Amino acid sequence: MIITEQKPLEEIKEMLDGVEKVFIIGCGSCATKCETGGEEQVKAMAETLRGWGKKITGWAVPEECCDYRFLRRDVLRPHKEAVQEADMLLVMACGSGVQAVAEVMGKPVAPALNTKFIGVTERLRSFHERCRACGDCLLFYTGGICPIARCAKGLLNGPCGGQANGKCEATQWQTDCAWVLIYERLKEQGRLDLFKRLRLPKDWSEWSKPRERVWR
Amino acid sequence: MDVSSEKPVYSALVKNLRAGRFVYTGEAEPHKTTDISELIEAFKVLKGYVVAINVTDNPTAYAYMSSLVASYLIQRETGIETIYQLTCRDRNRLAITADLLGAYALGIRNVLALTGDHPSVGDNPQAKPVFDLDSSTLVYLIRRMVDEGVDLAGNEIEHPPKFHVGIAANPNAEPLEPELLKIERKVEIGVDFIQTQCVYDIEVAKAFLKEADRWGVPVLIGITPFKSVGMMKYMIKYVPGIKVPEELQERIIRAKERGGKQAVYEENVEIFTDMIKELKRTTRLAGCHMMAVGFEWVVPKIIERVEGGRPSYLSL
Repeated sequence: MIITEQKPLEEIKEMLDGVEKVFIIGCGSCATKCETGGEEQVKAMAETLRGWGKKITGWAVPEECCDYRFLRRDVLRPHKEAVQEADMLLVMACGSGVQAVAEVMGKPVAPALNTKFIGVTERLRSFHERCRACGDCLLFYTGGICPIARCAKGLLNGPCGGQANGKCEATQWQTDCAWVLIYERLKEQGRLDLFKRLRLPKDWSEWSKPRERVWR
Repeated sequence: MDVSSEKPVYSALVKNLRAGRFVYTGEAEPHKTTDISELIEAFKVLKGYVVAINVTDNPTAYAYMSSLVASYLIQRETGIETIYQLTCRDRNRLAITADLLGAYALGIRNVLALTGDHPSVGDNPQAKPVFDLDSSTLVYLIRRMVDEGVDLAGNEIEHPPKFHVGIAANPNAEPLEPELLKIERKVEIGVDFIQTQCVYDIEVAKAFLKEADRWGVPVLIGITPFKSVGMMKYMIKYVPGIKVPEELQERIIRAKERGGKQAVYEENVEIFTDMIKELKRTTRLAGCHMMAVGFEWVVPKIIERVEGGRPSYLSL
């Protein structure tokens, strides 16, 4: 899922400087699970904004903020007038959600969250980055552990000299060295030949331009 | 006849290694400056003692003078061959290819292929890390340029460069096996020499050299004398995985108490002379990489004690 974190209130206040009427849009999917854009957080944000003297014309938490269809069904149709009345839409969703809102609503938008990463949920409020959406999955070759996401340098042929006792220097020894994890996993599975082989430089040509997939 | 001796030789470093001469290399660290004349003067002292000098590339991710430019200047001004250290941290494959072409044009013939420390440990921690390549794929790129005359994408190079490529190794790595497998990965692509991080525990060096026997690639063990007790303590605290035996630490501390700086220098010469002699006697060590940044003058003293004078190197 997409992991998000609320922006500092000061930054939100600055974006809303001079704005009188605000409509707030959360997200029923990832941001709800992250507790950054669910109903509870949307209501709390509305209170904060009222405290700053803003008028909240309304709020909504669509099933998924990044899906144009849910935005029309859950926000635009039931809240058409409130959305129209607002000067600014404050979006408590990931960057995709914010942009979907801007497209569908045709109104100025302000993101209330920072999009952090694609990650796993270990337990409540404990999220860990696992995928960089590089476009060419190599998890078979690395024992199901992604070095693009989990090695600080994103190396295809680690470990580097910055590991000691399986910890990573780049994170001040706070995180595991992904390549030592890969080594341990592959060793356990008797597949160290996969570890030793050379992985050629990645083809970043697909990754470095706007990606889209439209199936017909 | 040994097949390796038939391979072409482009540098004095590799000529001596292939001939089985025991070699010493030095290490120069250009700093955040436009003037490296002091560094060049310090290295003139090493002429005749070291066969080549490594030139660091933004070590520990500090933004310093370009290692390519410094490699060229040091080689030109000292007359000692340089080993151009090249990391993948700051450049993508385009920039690396361009720098390698330029390096050959400037007369550089040895490249040490490194991944590079992460920007987070350096003096510009906000920098975007590149790492388009890593040390393995950098070796692969250099091999393609030298052996096939093409870049990574297969585009032909007019007048392809001829380099010898070296890699770094960390005998202190814990766990060691993934480090060894990584070295083997690079050896299989094709490397001409290995230079290690500094080693203080002779048993660690011996164990590593035993592993290295099967690779058939000459290994230069890293030697970093202790300039002071403070520097020793700093190394132990901050260099990942470094192991300095208690006995050795005590010898340096006792020397300081006994006779201050001068005694520390003398103790260093004793310690590393004995260590190198022992390794030369008991292993197939090919040479030593002397990393004495800001302390260069101690290097000839150690070498003279080990060799009983200046080493005699073959010229290219």
